Amino acid sequence: MSLVTDSGFAADALSTGSTATPGDYVELLKPRVMSLVVFTALCGIVAAPIRINPVLAFTSLLAIAVGAGASGALNMAYDADIDGLMARTRGRPIPSGRVTAGEALAFGGVLSLFSVMVIGLAANWLAAALLGFTILFYSVVYTIYLKRRTPQNIVIGGAAGALPPLIGYAAVTGTVTLDSLLLFGIIFIWTPPHFWALALLRSEDYARAGVPMMPNVKGTARTRLEILVYSAMLAPLGIVPWFTRLGGNVYGVVALVAGGLFLLLAWRCYRRREGSAADKAAKHLFGFSILYLFLLFAVLLAERGLALATHFGLWG
Amino acid sequence: MTGKPHRDIVLTPEQLKSRRARNIAIGLVVALLVVLVYVLTIAKLGGHVADRVI
Repeated sequence: MSLVTDSGFAADALSTGSTATPGDYVELLKPRVMSLVVFTALCGIVAAPIRINPVLAFTSLLAIAVGAGASGALNMAYDADIDGLMARTRGRPIPSGRVTAGEALAFGGVLSLFSVMVIGLAANWLAAALLGFTILFYSVVYTIYLKRRTPQNIVIGGAAGALPPLIGYAAVTGTVTLDSLLLFGIIFIWTPPHFWALALLRSEDYARAGVPMMPNVKGTARTRLEILVYSAMLAPLGIVPWFTRLGGNVYGVVALVAGGLFLLLAWRCYRRREGSAADKAAKHLFGFSILYLFLLFAVLLAERGLALATHFGLWG
Repeated sequence: MTGKPHRDIVLTPEQLKSRRARNIAIGLVVALLVVLVYVLTIAKLGGHVADRVI
């Protein structure tokens, strides 16, 4: 870990003479993760059975996005040492020397406070509490405690990535319901097969950095089995919103077909264990896992969006 | 830290350029924040705010 900065003068001089651009600070926010958070949180907002002022909805979404970005900056501040050891993360602003860990820590801390206050004022304090919990959970529980200690890191830590739709829903309704918990559950169960498929492909990278991902600790066979088990849970869980009427008929069909394909790819990943066929199976599963989540939430968004447009007389 | 300014620090053109870019970015973000707080306040007040019982 690398939060300890240099002596006062050196740190000061480093900041004064920094060549960091605004783009480097944007990179600290992990924009790709942020876009997924915005997408799923928007689904939570749109899926809520009541409506709020669009300005308040937009502000809540912005606060969730900034909160997620702040978590990313805090994560990078702490993980700079291991990020420098992995090919995937070596070019990040801190390991490449463009931003100091202290700057990233301050940046993430300020944005965390800002985002929680803004969503509290714009929406309600339940949403603010959930966002604050998410930031703390990701940056402290996952980054500091779980990531370097247990192969269950991304299973438990996945809760942070699964919370945005719950926060979006709570921002509108002020409550947590079965429907919002379902959205949380889908992302939570989706996270292990998604990340472990990647970990199968990048196990050397993680091993070099000393991050105890499942393939490095329990072996690839056990990882493939666990991927299959989680996929077997995910496929039926993805259909449940159709039963609760959160999703319509289109959602039901898409969830059924996509869930079946997910399970098929997980089965292939389980069966093909050697050589390029094994890598290919893991790569296919990883790629499809992104499409799966996108499809489910996009259909949900489209269905609820259409209902909203009809409600406001913009459609039908 | 002595609290005295570091007069011996001379920034390179690249450092000056990136500092200027950061300052502009901070300025824009603060301006957007002001607009956001204003619009948020109007939205929270809602319609007929002048008709309320004081």
